[in-house]
Amino acid sequence: MADTKVEQMSVSVAKDPSLMTGAVPKKDWMDVPAVFKPGNYCYPGKKDIVEYLDKNLPGKLFGEPREWKVEEDDWKLPENWKEIIIQGIKDRLDKFRSFKIFMDCCVRCGACADKCHFFLGTGDPKNMPVLRAELLRSVYRNEFTKAGKILGRLAGAREMTFGVLKEWFMYFYQCTECRRCSVFCPYGIDTAEITMMAREILHLVGVNINWVLEPAANSNRTGNHLGLQPHTFKQNAEFLLDDIEEVTGLKLNNLTFNRKGAEVLFIIPSADVFAEPGIYTFMGYLLLFEHIGLDYTISTYASEGGNFGSFTNNELMKKLNGKMYAEAKRLGVKWILGGECGHMWRVVHQYMDTMNGPADFMEVPKSPITGTVFKNAASSKMVHISEFTADLIKNNKLKFDKSRNDHRVVTFHDSCNPARGMGLLEEPRYIIQNVCNNFHEMPENTIREQTFCCGSGTGLNTGEIMDLRMRAGLPRANAVKHVHDKHAVNMLSCVCAIDRATLTSLMEYWNPGVEVCGVSELVGNALIMDGEKERDSGLRFEPLAGMEG
Amino acid sequence: MKVLQALGIVLALMLLAYLGVEVPGGRTLFGVVLPYLGFAVFIIFFIAKVMGWAKSPVPFRIPTTGGQANSLPWIKQNKLDCPSTTSGVIGRMFLEVFLFRSLFRNTQAKIHEGPKLSYGSSKYLWFFGILFHYSFLTIVLRHMRLFTDPIPGFVSALEFGDGFLQVGAPVIYQTDVVFLGALTFLLLRRLILPSIRYISLPADYFPLLLIMAIGTTGVVMRYVTRVDVVSVKMLTQGLATFQLGAPLDGISSLFFVHLFLITVLMMYFPFSKLMHMGGVFLSPTRNLANNSRMVRHVNPWNDPSIKPHSYAGYEDDFREFMVEAGLPVEKELEPKPAEEETPAEGAAPTESE
Repeated sequence: MADTKVEQMSVSVAKDPSLMTGAVPKKDWMDVPAVFKPGNYCYPGKKDIVEYLDKNLPGKLFGEPREWKVEEDDWKLPENWKEIIIQGIKDRLDKFRSFKIFMDCCVRCGACADKCHFFLGTGDPKNMPVLRAELLRSVYRNEFTKAGKILGRLAGAREMTFGVLKEWFMYFYQCTECRRCSVFCPYGIDTAEITMMAREILHLVGVNINWVLEPAANSNRTGNHLGLQPHTFKQNAEFLLDDIEEVTGLKLNNLTFNRKGAEVLFIIPSADVFAEPGIYTFMGYLLLFEHIGLDYTISTYASEGGNFGSFTNNELMKKLNGKMYAEAKRLGVKWILGGECGHMWRVVHQYMDTMNGPADFMEVPKSPITGTVFKNAASSKMVHISEFTADLIKNNKLKFDKSRNDHRVVTFHDSCNPARGMGLLEEPRYIIQNVCNNFHEMPENTIREQTFCCGSGTGLNTGEIMDLRMRAGLPRANAVKHVHDKHAVNMLSCVCAIDRATLTSLMEYWNPGVEVCGVSELVGNALIMDGEKERDSGLRFEPLAGMEG
Repeated sequence: MKVLQALGIVLALMLLAYLGVEVPGGRTLFGVVLPYLGFAVFIIFFIAKVMGWAKSPVPFRIPTTGGQANSLPWIKQNKLDCPSTTSGVIGRMFLEVFLFRSLFRNTQAKIHEGPKLSYGSSKYLWFFGILFHYSFLTIVLRHMRLFTDPIPGFVSALEFGDGFLQVGAPVIYQTDVVFLGALTFLLLRRLILPSIRYISLPADYFPLLLIMAIGTTGVVMRYVTRVDVVSVKMLTQGLATFQLGAPLDGISSLFFVHLFLITVLMMYFPFSKLMHMGGVFLSPTRNLANNSRMVRHVNPWNDPSIKPHSYAGYEDDFREFMVEAGLPVEKELEPKPAEEETPAEGAAPTESE
């Protein structure tokens, strides 16, 4: 749990001097150094992990594997680290038009300033998206623009120094690439894009965090970020069949692994077979598939939907993502169905086909139950579970007892990536309204395309920065509190595995009494299964309404 | 203070032109040579900048989706904020470029005791931004009368419309008032709001003050000192038609200050944040259709040598466990030698909660 008690934090965020509370720093931001102390940074990547990643990708993308400490003044950087960084910027300017334009176009109008959850929770000026980008832009100007070279600081340019590097490490790891600021920017400047570039560049000189790199290495070797080996993965998933049996009285036998010839390959964020509350979402998936008799299989090789590579560089993102199509091809499935996961869907929706397609060995996804052809996935051949489920409901293929969710007063958290990197807004809402009687939206500035991040995405869901995470999650928690107070909301539903983990901690901290679930858990609760016993508890063994005591 | 640095530069530039025209040949320099140079710099480097952007590819299709995507046919798509077709993108870009749609969404967040966050509507930046840009555009178009003969109908119509209140003599153009008013607002906003002041660079104050100075000198010439418009038009039209040699002596120094500031603006433009004028058209989060699962987007530098860790390699690592767990394998187990190292279980980092 967080180091700071919630009572103290509550006063601190609203009262302590910060730019959010109206206190203006006396020094110009270029003169304020980044100071690391326990709790405000993530631990660096372990040497053997960096070595492993380094040898699995071409080029020197991860710098020199070494042991180093963030709080020390010697980061054991290579001699020519500045040149590597400047060259890294140049290479990316040549490869990404977005980066080039975003470096040139900002007018510092400040529309983004108070849109960032990190800024709202910390009041730290450098968490305003505009300043976060200026951290990098100032160096860009110095090296790549005439105005910057001639006018220097007058044009907002400054030299690359170790101090700047420290700033980058601090603030590009206080951005979760949620893209909320990008919605409000008049030029569409996307800080997610800038953070991605900055992190790629930091990796070049071996400045990194372990919470991203180790899961990425695990995903590469074992197939999933948790490092579960095939037999363990299978065993974990199968345990959940016992839980399903206990709740419903049904022994499902539709769970298969690595089965060739299945119609559909189902890929989930691996946390869904591993930890609460994701496991209940997983139980929901299985009940749904049993209900409709779907011919599907799960792969232990491609057992991670999430892509920790996307938090490092585009090369590792591509490498990890490549397993999805490779496995679909090996198993000979017709199309891929994807579970509830946020950044997985950013990668699947906006990157996968480009990086690892064309997926011409599969067919355009067609629901075997309703006959609906998913034209929106005609090229990538991958469908979101919410799209799939919404279509089943619309075609009356599912039998529900909504009252089984009557002990829940539900709200829905739009996860950043499905909302702003995909446009998946209505499908989950449609599902929820068909399986729940009590649903309330959070205030409109905090949902849909304006949704607030959980505060811990992009590999920041690590224990060593708990205070920061609770601050960054405040805007989301605050909106939940609003509906908790007003409508007695007690269940925060979402379609993201990182959310399921991080929002749980966030709710425990700011809004005790509110639980977190995947949308498919609510589906599983409500589904009337053939031959089931009368259910008196939900999938997490909690008593249903009227069954308490 | 950064604003004073910028103000100092603008005043120095004004003084430079004011005194410069008194030097022999100064009028030709400030009235002919520099304006040509400024215009050339503007055109060449503006194009160069845009070409420079265009030279870098758009490797991934990364629109920021601002509404419901095109998915199932019965789910209503938000075709403007989340377009999936070219016509939708054109619609989105039209709203963005001409109506500043994203800025229109602006809110202001406040933190209260509790803690409680609130998000109020905040449209004033959008409003004054629109006023500034459109009055600037109108003024630039109105100035076309100085470069054309006969004057195009739309310019005369614009002038008439702009002065329709028929106040003062000469008639006061509404855009002059709105222009200076909006600029003043934008400047005060930068100076007064703490967070905006904190992020502002001299490079943010400079163009504001420069454009204000251009507007002010123009207004003074038109309404107060009454510049000799006939002489001015001889010069400007001569510039436009490359018929040089118009007499420059009868024109007031203030005009040359005005013209020099415009020259500076043109020269400064391509190297500054003012290039947002071109950039807004090319922004990949706005000008791409959200159809990347429907239509394959190609990345010209995609590296086919980056392949996933192979299934074969994976099975080699874990075959024994897989067979034991009843998972299907491609290659059966070989009778294994007595001492083989088994891979260690890779543990995930754990949260310290």
